[in-house]
Amino acid sequence: MNIYDLTIHELKEKIAAGELTPAEIKKAYADRINEVEDRVKSYVTVTDELAEQDLAEYENKKEALLAGIPIAVKDNMSTDGIKTSCGSKMLENYNPPYNATVVEKLNAAGAVIMGKTNMDEFAMGSSTENSAFFDTHNPWNLNHAPGGSSGGSAAAVAAGECAAALGSDTGGSIRQPASYCGVVGLKPTYGMVSRYGLVAFASSLDQIGPITKDVEDSAILMNVIAGHDPKDSTSIAGQKEDYTKYLKEDVSGMKIGIPEEYFNLEFDEEVKASVLAAVEKLKEAGAEVETVHMTDASYALAAYYVIAPAEASSNLARYDGVRYGLRSEQAADVSEMFTNTRHEGFGDEVKRRIMIGTYALSSGYYDAYYLKAQKVRTLIKDDFDRIFNDFDLIITPTAPSTAIELGSKSDPLEMYHTDIFTVPINIAGVPAMSVPCGFDSSEMPIGLQLIGPHFGEGKIIQAAYTLEKLLNINEKRAEL
Amino acid sequence: MIDKKDVEYAAGLAQLKLDEEEKEKYTEQIGEILNYVDKLSELDTDDVVPTAYTVPMKNVLREDQVKESLLREKSLANAPDEKDGHFRAPKIMSD
Amino acid sequence: MTTKYETVIGLEVHVQLNTESKIFCGCSTEFGKEPNENTCPVCLGLPGTLPVLNKKVVDYAIMAGLALNCDIAEYSKFDRKNYFYPDLPKAYQISQFDLPVAENGEIEIETEAGIFNIGVTRVHLEEDAGKLIHEGSIDKSKGSLVDYNRTGVPLIEIVSEPDMRTPAQAKAYLTELKMIMEYLDISDCNMEEGSLRCDANVSLRPVGQEEFGIKAELKNMNSFSAVEKGLEYEVKRQQGLLDEGKKVVQETRTWDESLNKTISMRGKEEAHDYRYFPEPDLVPLEIDAAWKEEMRKEIPELPREKYKRFIFELGLPEYDAGVLTGDKDLSVFFEEVLSDYDDPKNLSNWMMGEFLRLLNENSHSPFESGVSPINLAKMLKMIDQDIISGKIAKEVFEKMYNSGKDPETIVEEEGLKQISDQDELDNIVDAIIEDNPEAVEDVENGKERAIGFLVGQVMKETRGKANPGLVNQMLRDKLMN
Repeated sequence: MNIYDLTIHELKEKIAAGELTPAEIKKAYADRINEVEDRVKSYVTVTDELAEQDLAEYENKKEALLAGIPIAVKDNMSTDGIKTSCGSKMLENYNPPYNATVVEKLNAAGAVIMGKTNMDEFAMGSSTENSAFFDTHNPWNLNHAPGGSSGGSAAAVAAGECAAALGSDTGGSIRQPASYCGVVGLKPTYGMVSRYGLVAFASSLDQIGPITKDVEDSAILMNVIAGHDPKDSTSIAGQKEDYTKYLKEDVSGMKIGIPEEYFNLEFDEEVKASVLAAVEKLKEAGAEVETVHMTDASYALAAYYVIAPAEASSNLARYDGVRYGLRSEQAADVSEMFTNTRHEGFGDEVKRRIMIGTYALSSGYYDAYYLKAQKVRTLIKDDFDRIFNDFDLIITPTAPSTAIELGSKSDPLEMYHTDIFTVPINIAGVPAMSVPCGFDSSEMPIGLQLIGPHFGEGKIIQAAYTLEKLLNINEKRAEL
Repeated sequence: MIDKKDVEYAAGLAQLKLDEEEKEKYTEQIGEILNYVDKLSELDTDDVVPTAYTVPMKNVLREDQVKESLLREKSLANAPDEKDGHFRAPKIMSD
Repeated sequence: MTTKYETVIGLEVHVQLNTESKIFCGCSTEFGKEPNENTCPVCLGLPGTLPVLNKKVVDYAIMAGLALNCDIAEYSKFDRKNYFYPDLPKAYQISQFDLPVAENGEIEIETEAGIFNIGVTRVHLEEDAGKLIHEGSIDKSKGSLVDYNRTGVPLIEIVSEPDMRTPAQAKAYLTELKMIMEYLDISDCNMEEGSLRCDANVSLRPVGQEEFGIKAELKNMNSFSAVEKGLEYEVKRQQGLLDEGKKVVQETRTWDESLNKTISMRGKEEAHDYRYFPEPDLVPLEIDAAWKEEMRKEIPELPREKYKRFIFELGLPEYDAGVLTGDKDLSVFFEEVLSDYDDPKNLSNWMMGEFLRLLNENSHSPFESGVSPINLAKMLKMIDQDIISGKIAKEVFEKMYNSGKDPETIVEEEGLKQISDQDELDNIVDAIIEDNPEAVEDVENGKERAIGFLVGQVMKETRGKANPGLVNQMLRDKLMN
């Protein structure tokens, strides 16, 4: 196996055994980036200088969890002095004067930061085609999208351009690209990972999580990034868990719900068959699998397309050209400067969502849209709570299909539907992971979504780890 | 149903300049999306309390302690225009 | 016949809280720093930053709510108020919309026309915006300069009911609010520096009519007199319109101090559609009984209660009580002296007279002078015990004020002790009698007033130190028997 194909835990073992040095590892990944980046285009910025600096720190951080491990970071997480563009022209030249908490945690853990990954502009999109800069290509088939919005992170992991990456997930932006790229993506419970320094899309839904080559790496990365942060008021206080203790091949007695309403939706038959086959394996391994009934996921999607744009319309109002980022040169006065800057700086999808959100919050419509959506949010959350009274986990597909072809979906609503299985999870604030469960007839990866109750990351990791062992497909890599 | 006037109103509030073509396009697309969203009205939410916070938390507070501010050079480093330690913007009103 | 109109005024008062750090970040709130020195990623609204609420800000809002006799919310939350302006870094202000910290209060005010209760609709928390400076004048300026030092300084907004009927009531209400905030020590309440700001809603309605008239919103009144003048102008303006059969337009008007009138801001404002929604970056506040009680204990006797106590328990004239309680430090000083000296009226006379005169001349606040409460008490006792005369006391007091020394030391050093020894005065009195035959003759002819002249001469001779009562008696003994 190539060095760039190794997982975090394999790299750690090899460093510990003296078989590899962090410098060799860093070089292997940097070479890999040179080799494939012009085809995959995962990175907005390759931070080779920063990686060298991190490497130089290795001796002081030897004992840390990610010492010498090459990690990529989505370009919506603030990095001190390093461009954080959020995939937008608006922030093309913006260098934050501070680090996001997760970046601080990666630093403290000795990670070697390889670069900032491409994404849909302001994380709004499901294919990374909304990046203001360029498309990222799916390493399994370069004509296909990597998914989104964390498409750059998922593609970088799948292409061996980093050992693991951080993504952010507002409606599926970690899990859906992980599914498309055949890697593991975890969206933690809302509040488990600090949002401080994550450029906000929809504050009540955004959550940072790991995108990794296998489940064990996901647990290791969670050990690094999870935990209370006094800089984030929505960050959950309390004792942090050791997620690696859930790396057990054991699902006996675990109760798993299969929501009929989700499986009854119209979606790719190959995906459905693959997910159900994986469920069967878990059943054979001792899990108790039962059909459950839940609110139709389309209601969650409808609520999402009110709540997320509404919060986004407010979060993205700060891009006015006064303090940082783009400023239009064409302006007679400040109001014209605002409108021209925002006209030039934002892409089509971002403007569309700002418009929806602004409209939904505007006088006379608040009750009909925003308040209604927040009430439906209660119903959806209650729905999950009800199931989790009796079940440990819920399983669904991650996405209705395997990776779509680049340029194949131009209708916004159609694109929104690719998030139908992932959006309800953000609405309810619960954790969920996408794990690879097979391949379709075009050899494109299929992802299965494991959903747990609030703080149920441990059970998710345990079931996913077991499934990974049962399926034994996690060592398969995209050929580039 | 959303019409062009609504789109213009929302664009005004959001400080977005839209050309005619965009106005037409957004009116149609946002109309479709809101049409989809209207399915929410199928659910009875009369006695439902809205959820703004999925994980119930309260009183997250910090002590009143001064922390070092950012160096002014760093605060101003990304400013498109600055003058005498201020951020500089175009004048407020045109003539 | 002309219609009689009733004025209806409601005030929205913004009070900057005097915490050390800002409401949502650790930047200092210190006034007068170099532009943008008190800024950080959070108060600059940089992408990715998040607010964390300062506990003291909530404490202060609860105290304000309690002092204004409000109900304190058991559950409160923050909301975003969305609008664009260069001084607002996030393009939304974190404020409170439907669940403010405190609601349904009232305070008592007094004007020459009597005592009134003014309702307080709500007290809510919010963050201040930055400061915008126009390059050149607003009309001709090429650009605007923005200083975000003030951004995130904590504010409470106190909204009154439309309960005021005259500009004088509005001024009294504002004064009362200011005093309450000062007594609570939660704000500097300096209108000129902007730590106390006041907007007003003004309308007129025919006397007897329930329904409110059309209101104008009045802004930019930067002093107490501006509030009164602005309101008086606005009432006259609206009265004029109505008398002519015209309609008042609902609009925002700004008070122009130099022109002495209010000017319409029509057309210069964006539509007010603030799209409030719950701030997802902050969690709700739950204020339980224990927290409320803890804050209640922090509340001192408030100015109105103190005013009444000074009148009814200490027997001070209303005017004295008003002046002494009108300034928190002055009332504290007064009461500290009283703990060592038990003649409130005499003390009040001294404070209202000499003390205030010197404080005003030197622009000092009460505790900035050289006179400590204990030394003032000592000095007053020395007068009462005839150790110094009232006249000498004024000299002693001024020396205390300037030097910070205690009165005994000054009297000792300067030899200002009153001469109450008859033997010591005998020669002086005799000399004065000898030097003033005409006055002596007048006295002997029964002209009582001439005694006063002679006493004055003795006082002059002794540089005020002679005990005037004793001198008077000695002169009578010597001349009238």
